[in-house]
Amino acid sequence: MRGVRWGWVLVAAVPTLFIGYFFVYPLVRILSLGLSELDIRSIGVEARLLKVGWFTLWQASVSTVLTLLVAAPMTWAVSNFEFRGRRLATALVTVPFVLPTVVVGTAFVALGWRDSIVAILAAHVFFNVAVVVRTVGTLWGRLDPNLHDAARVLGAGEWRVFRTVTLPLLRPAIAAAASIVFLFTFTSFGVVLILGGFHYATLEVEIYRQAVTLFDVQLAAVLAVVQLVGVTAALYAYSRFQERHTTTWALRTDQDRERPVGVTRLLAIGSVAATLIALAAPLAVLVGRSLGAGSYRGLFDSDRVVGTPIASVANSMVFAIIATLLATTIGLMAAAVITGRRGGLSRWFDLTLMLPLGTSAVTIGFGFIVALGWPVDLRASFVLIPIAHALVAIPFVVRSTVPTLRSIPGDMREAAAVMGASPGRVWREIDLPMVARAALVGAGFAFVISLGEFGATSFIARPNTATVPVMIFRLLSRPGPASFGMAMALSVVLAAVTAGVVMWIDRARVGEIGRF
Amino acid sequence: MRRALTLIALTLFAAACAVAEPENPQSLRLLAHDSFAAGVSDDTFADFTDSTGIEVEVIAGSDAGSMVNQAVLSKDNPLADVIFGVDDTFLSRAVDEGILLEYESQLSDRVPEDLFRGARGQVTPIDYGDVCINYAKEWFETSGIPVPVTLDQLREPTYADVLTVEHPATSSPGLAFMLATIALYGEEGWLDFWADLEAGGVGVVPDWDTAYYADFTPYGGTSAMVVSYASSPPAEVIYATEPIDEAPTGVIEAGCYRQVEYAGILDGTSYPDAAGQLIDFMLSVEFQETIPLTWFVFPANQDAELPAVFVEHTTLPESPAHLDPAVIAENRDRWIDQWVSVMEG
Repeated sequence: MRGVRWGWVLVAAVPTLFIGYFFVYPLVRILSLGLSELDIRSIGVEARLLKVGWFTLWQASVSTVLTLLVAAPMTWAVSNFEFRGRRLATALVTVPFVLPTVVVGTAFVALGWRDSIVAILAAHVFFNVAVVVRTVGTLWGRLDPNLHDAARVLGAGEWRVFRTVTLPLLRPAIAAAASIVFLFTFTSFGVVLILGGFHYATLEVEIYRQAVTLFDVQLAAVLAVVQLVGVTAALYAYSRFQERHTTTWALRTDQDRERPVGVTRLLAIGSVAATLIALAAPLAVLVGRSLGAGSYRGLFDSDRVVGTPIASVANSMVFAIIATLLATTIGLMAAAVITGRRGGLSRWFDLTLMLPLGTSAVTIGFGFIVALGWPVDLRASFVLIPIAHALVAIPFVVRSTVPTLRSIPGDMREAAAVMGASPGRVWREIDLPMVARAALVGAGFAFVISLGEFGATSFIARPNTATVPVMIFRLLSRPGPASFGMAMALSVVLAAVTAGVVMWIDRARVGEIGRF
Repeated sequence: MRRALTLIALTLFAAACAVAEPENPQSLRLLAHDSFAAGVSDDTFADFTDSTGIEVEVIAGSDAGSMVNQAVLSKDNPLADVIFGVDDTFLSRAVDEGILLEYESQLSDRVPEDLFRGARGQVTPIDYGDVCINYAKEWFETSGIPVPVTLDQLREPTYADVLTVEHPATSSPGLAFMLATIALYGEEGWLDFWADLEAGGVGVVPDWDTAYYADFTPYGGTSAMVVSYASSPPAEVIYATEPIDEAPTGVIEAGCYRQVEYAGILDGTSYPDAAGQLIDFMLSVEFQETIPLTWFVFPANQDAELPAVFVEHTTLPESPAHLDPAVIAENRDRWIDQWVSVMEG
C-alpha cells in the first residue's frame, strides 16, 4: 500500500509543481505588484470598461455557439464514417488553428471582411472549428454502436436517437470543446484589432493598452483580475456541468468505421466538403499570394537581415517536440488525478490547469519577468519557450482525455483491482488503452499549438531564436514584395507541416495498445 | 529525502553564486526589441568579440514599449547588461524609472546634438528613422491627382479617403504620426485636423503590417497613402521580386516625425565597463555603416556613410517634427484618449 500512495503523490505532484511554479506563482507576483499600491477609490468604474467587459463576454459566447454549430456536421461525418480523404480532411481543419493572426487577418481583409462584428465572429469560427471536430470527434467515433442500433431496433428515428442517446453521451466532450473555444475567444486580441476596425475592444486588448502603452500596472492588474474572475466563473460552471452530465458507458476501441451509403453518403461527404470550402477561402488567398516569383526559393536563401527563413522550421520543431512531451506527460498525469478523485479539490485543480488559456499573454509574460529571476534565472532562457507553449497546451491534453477517462466504468477498474492488479497496473491495462487515442489527439494539439504560438511567447524576454511565427512576423515587418511573398510562403509551409504532422499522429497507434 | 533537499539547495546556491560573480565577463546580455534582434547574426558583434573577448547574447523583448516595461519590472534583478531600442517616445519612462546607469560614450560628439533630446549622459543615440507618409506612384500617375505636398491637403476627402494610418495606442509609427500632427498644429489645432481626416474617410488599422500589406494599393489594398518610413522605398527596391531601377513608392516630406533609438546601461549590471565598451562599439563607424541595410534606419554617427541604394531612393525630410520626451510622457495618455474620442466618436 505504501508504494501505491507514493505513486499517487508523484502523479499529483508533477502537474501541481509545474503549474504552480510556471503559472500561479508568476501570476500572483505580477498581480500583487500591480495591486499592492492600488487605491481602490482611484479606479473609477468607467462606462467604457463596462462596455469592454460586456463585449468580451458576449462575443466569446456567440463565437463558441457558432463554432459548435458550424463544426457539428463535419464532426458527425468524420467520426462516424470511413471514406477516402477522411484523414486528410481532419488534418486540414487544424491548419487555420496554427496560422498567425496577422496572416489570417490580411487574408480576411483581402476578401473584404473587415470593420465589422461579423468579420470578428467569422474569424473566431475559422480558427476554432478544429477544436470541436477533433475533441468531440474523438469521443463520438468511439461510442458503442450497439447503443445506437438498440435504440433503432426499439423504433426510435435517427433524430430521436441522436437527441436522446448520442447527444447526452457526447455532452462532456462538447462541453470540453466549448470551454476551450470560449477561453480562446474570450482572450482574443489580434483578430479583434485587425478586423474590428477599433469599434470593439476585449479585456485582452485593454490589458495590453494599459500594461504596455500606458504602463498603468495598477489598472492593468485590476483588468487582469476581472478577466481571471470571468474565466474562473465560466470554468466553474463548466466543471459543475460536466460532473452532473457524465455518463459512463463502455467505449469501443478505435474500430473500423462503416462506409456510408445512399443519402448518408451524400450528407457525410457534403458536410465535410462544405466545411472545407468555407475554411478554404482565406487559405486560398494566402496560397495565391505565396506564389509570386521566387517566394519559396527565397525561403532557402540566407538573408542578411533575418537569416535563412526555412531554418525557423527546425527551431520550431525542436520547441514543439519538447513542448508536446511536457504537455502530454503532465496533462495525462493531471487527467489521472482529476478523474481519480472526485470533489472540490479535484475540480479546482482542473480549473487552475485551464486558466493559462484564459489569461492575457501580457500578464503571463510580465509575470515571468518578475517571478522567474531567482533562484535560477530562467528569464530569457531557452526552456521558457517550450514551457510557455506547454502551459497553453496542457488544457488540450486534459480536455481531450478527461471525457474518455470518465466514460470508463468504475467496475472495470474495480474488477481488475479485485483480481489483484496494482493501481499502476489498472491504469496501464484499463485506462491507458482506452485513453491512448484521446491522448494522441491532445498531443497533436500540443504540437500544433507550439508550432503556431506567438502571442504568449512574444511578451517573454527570450533568446534570439526565431520560431516560424516569429520569422513570419519579421518578414512581414519590412517593406517589399519579396518579403511579403516569403512571409506568405512560410505561412503555407507552416500550414503544410501542420497538416502533415497531424495526419502522421492520427495514423499512429501506440504499439499494441489501442486495440485489444 | 532530507539529504536530497540539502543537495538541491546546495546546487541552487552554487548556481546563484556562479551567476553573481563579478569577474571579467565572458559574455554580455543585450536586451533589444524584436526588430533589432531579427537582424542580429553571428557577424553582427564578431568584431567586438574579437577585440574584447566578450560574447554578446541578444535577448529579444517584443516591441519597444514592452521591452522598456520588462526592464522596469526587472530592475531589482536586471535581465541584461545593456538595453537597446528605447525610442524617444519611451525615453522618459526609462529615465524616470531609474533603470539606467549614467554613461557618455567617447564617440558621442560625433552625434548631432538634437538626437540626444536632452538626455545626454543617460543614453546614447544609435540610430534614427523618419516616420513619413508613403505614396504609391502608380496610383497617382493613373488617377492624375497630384501628390500632396502639405498636411493640410490631406483634409480634403480626395486624399483622406485614400490614406491609412496606424492606431497610436498599438503602433509605434501610428504614435509618431500623431505626435507629428501635434508638433505641427499645436494643442489648439491638431484635433481639428484629425476630425477632418475622419470625415474624409481615413482608414485606421492596428499595426504597420496591416496598413502596408493589406491596405496599400501596391499590395492590393485601396489606400494610395500609408504611414510608413522614409526608408521604406529603398526597401522596396532591395526586396523587389524582379530587379527594379526606381522604387514604386515615394515619401511625402510633410508630416514626418523623427524617431531616435537609444542604448543605455542597465543599472544593476555587474559589468558596467564592458557594457560601456559595447555601446562604444555600436556607435563606431564600422557598426554604424551596417545599420541602414540591416535595420532600415539611419546611423546616428555622422561619420558613417550611407549605402548608395539609400541615397538614391529615399528622401530625408528637411525638418522632421519631434517633441520633447518629457512632454510626450506627460501627455501621451491624454492625447491618445482625445485622438480616440475624435476618431471613434
